[in-house]
Amino acid sequence: MGTLWFWIVAVMLTAYVVLDGFDLGVGVVYLFVARTDAERGQALRAIGPVWDGNEVWLLAAGGTLFFAFPLLYASAFSGFYLPLMMVLWLLILRGVSIELRSHSADPLWRTFFDGLFSLSSILLTIFFGAALGNVVRGVPLGADNYFFLPLWTNWRTGPNPGILDWYTVLGGVLALVALALHGSLYLALKTEGHLERRALTTALRLWPAVILLGLLGIPATILARPASLANYTSHPADFLAPLGVIIGLVLMRPGLPSRSRLKSFLGSCLFLSSMLVGAALGLFPVLLPSVGTAGHDLTIASAISGPHTLRVGLIWWSFGMLLALMYFGIVYWLFRGKVSEHAEGYGH
Amino acid sequence: MDALTLHRIHFGFTITYHYLFPQLTMGLALLIVVLKTLALKTGDEKYDVSARFWAKIFAINFVLGVVTGIPMEFQFGTNWSEFSRRTGGVIGMPLAMEGIFSFFLESAFLGLFLFGEHRLSRKMHWLSAFLVFVGSWISGFFIIVTNAWMQHPVAYTLLPNGVYEIGSFWGLLLNPWAILEYAHNMCAAVVTASFVMASVGALYLLQNRPGPYGRIFLKLGVITGIVSCVLQIFPTGDLHGKYMAKNQPTAIAGMEGLFHTEKGAGMILMGQPDYESQTIDNPLRVNKVLSFLIYGTTAAEVEGLDHFPKDQWPSTLPLLFYSYHIMVGLGTWFFALMGVATLLLWRDKLFTARWILWPILLSWPLPYIATTAGWMTAEIGRQPWLVYGLIRTSQGSSPHVGAGNSLFTLLGFLGMYTLLSLLWIIIVYTHIQDGPLKAEHSPDPPALSAA
Repeated sequence: MGTLWFWIVAVMLTAYVVLDGFDLGVGVVYLFVARTDAERGQALRAIGPVWDGNEVWLLAAGGTLFFAFPLLYASAFSGFYLPLMMVLWLLILRGVSIELRSHSADPLWRTFFDGLFSLSSILLTIFFGAALGNVVRGVPLGADNYFFLPLWTNWRTGPNPGILDWYTVLGGVLALVALALHGSLYLALKTEGHLERRALTTALRLWPAVILLGLLGIPATILARPASLANYTSHPADFLAPLGVIIGLVLMRPGLPSRSRLKSFLGSCLFLSSMLVGAALGLFPVLLPSVGTAGHDLTIASAISGPHTLRVGLIWWSFGMLLALMYFGIVYWLFRGKVSEHAEGYGH
Repeated sequence: MDALTLHRIHFGFTITYHYLFPQLTMGLALLIVVLKTLALKTGDEKYDVSARFWAKIFAINFVLGVVTGIPMEFQFGTNWSEFSRRTGGVIGMPLAMEGIFSFFLESAFLGLFLFGEHRLSRKMHWLSAFLVFVGSWISGFFIIVTNAWMQHPVAYTLLPNGVYEIGSFWGLLLNPWAILEYAHNMCAAVVTASFVMASVGALYLLQNRPGPYGRIFLKLGVITGIVSCVLQIFPTGDLHGKYMAKNQPTAIAGMEGLFHTEKGAGMILMGQPDYESQTIDNPLRVNKVLSFLIYGTTAAEVEGLDHFPKDQWPSTLPLLFYSYHIMVGLGTWFFALMGVATLLLWRDKLFTARWILWPILLSWPLPYIATTAGWMTAEIGRQPWLVYGLIRTSQGSSPHVGAGNSLFTLLGFLGMYTLLSLLWIIIVYTHIQDGPLKAEHSPDPPALSAA
């Protein structure tokens, strides 16, 4: 049962990264690929009907984590106190800027919210990458299963790490570049005209960077947490995840305009989810590794909720997910096709 | 200030601010469904225009509700980790269910409702408005279930390692406290939305604007306003109070300022509780009413605070007393104002009676104050317990998050929310002053008026 919930949470978080990832990525490249007011409106219309729903995956995954692994929720959220609060502020600024931009035609008003939208998206992707880096590297858990991390210490991994060290910064940069590529591929798929062409060019330039950073990430992870290899050597089937990473990288190669955009975008989805599944495989059955000697790893067994809670949860969760997938199907179907430059304005 | 106090202010401030938005959107979602239904039934374009106008106000409030709501879920873990660790197996469930059953529904169909008027048939557009309403009301339900468990924990099992898990799924969801609290709270949301809509209607009439919209908004606001105001007092408020008296007698005693157990206890309409001398200064008292309200007979004995050990008294007694009295006082005003307005509407004099339009225009902030005071009554009344009778508030906060960090992020939220308030005022004010006619006259609807 614990294993099942581990994967449920992992899959929900993966869905969050793949889905909200593209609208975050649109934010990252927004100022560079969308130059005119009309193009910026076009880029926002491409994510307008879906970004809020994508963000719900974060909340739904968070809630599921809360009830399936309360100890992990308590320990990780209080331990990552400051960066989480900053994530909250960035999510606030980002949501507000998407919504408020179109409320005034004043160019200064719009430029301000364009900048805010892009800046908050950039910082969020870096934070999320660094957050994943922290979980993979491990935190200095105490005997009471809690920890409290300063923002930085000496930038090294080891028994006394900070939120930011060389490894988590690498994770942040990888996330930034990978999601920028993901967002560019989405724009290339969903828009037309100048915006489409610039998104495609950007994707072409980002692609080698993602390959480089992705390949760098593997030895870096082994260096930062040698134990993450153990699962792979004992279960060779786990190597399917890195295989997925490579297939994804190849598939997403943004080619000439005639190449299938959908294939590139799906390749990027495969790349991101394989990376995350790969990280989860390296952790399992640990939820939050401990560095230093004071405490023990938080594992599925130590953090799991009571059995009745989980049994009941499985029933409503399956039912609710079925409904959620249905809604997503409807929305993406109704807003299928390309968004042109001159259509109904963003908004309502 | 110590860390615990700061954590409490942190949560209290962020949730009070957050709830300014959902109370409007939950009520407004219902009113928009009414407008869309009228549009569908009559085929009259003015109801579609009205719905579009309010949809825009809905959207801005919805987004602010979403972005200020995410910090609420996070704060359980960041600032109240001990509480989360021990009760996550119970309250984590309604919170996760809110995300899965409500937010997915709401976000999907809000997208369709706001962006899809041209892509959907009239009926499908009505349906998306309806599903946004359903989603937001489900969301409210799961939050109330969570809060109700903290007020009146039921259907749980205590595991050997000191954490709680669910004893019964339906027991948790159908907690009687949750049902009563939900009814009372959702009526309040409709009161807020009705007052806001009526106020905008009154504004347009006082401004002598052309077009039917002032009348439409005022009429709808007054009708839903009087219905929700009545339901707010009776039966929901009445039943909730009685149930509370049975299950949280300390809270009732604190709310009413009843320091001493009395037979035929009176009700204090106004006064200032003095914690030291345990008396009420300048009391305006109505004899025996409290006993009657709680037990249905004027002779009944009501337990005062002296009946309970002092370490179980609600910790900020005067605040509890005032919150409750503000809520009740404003509720009475709402009933009176909407009652008079309904009479005038029935007599066909409402739209020209400027002497009543003015108080309707000015009263829109009051439901926000009343709702906030109501929630403060519930939450301060629950003290010193975090989960009533099970976990004390002092045991729930994060052990390793110190006062310095909590103060820093509290200041951050204060600053951030000041900015949001300013933006909200600018946007909503401009939109209301522009009015629905602007949306009506623009060629390709509402969006372009802004674009």
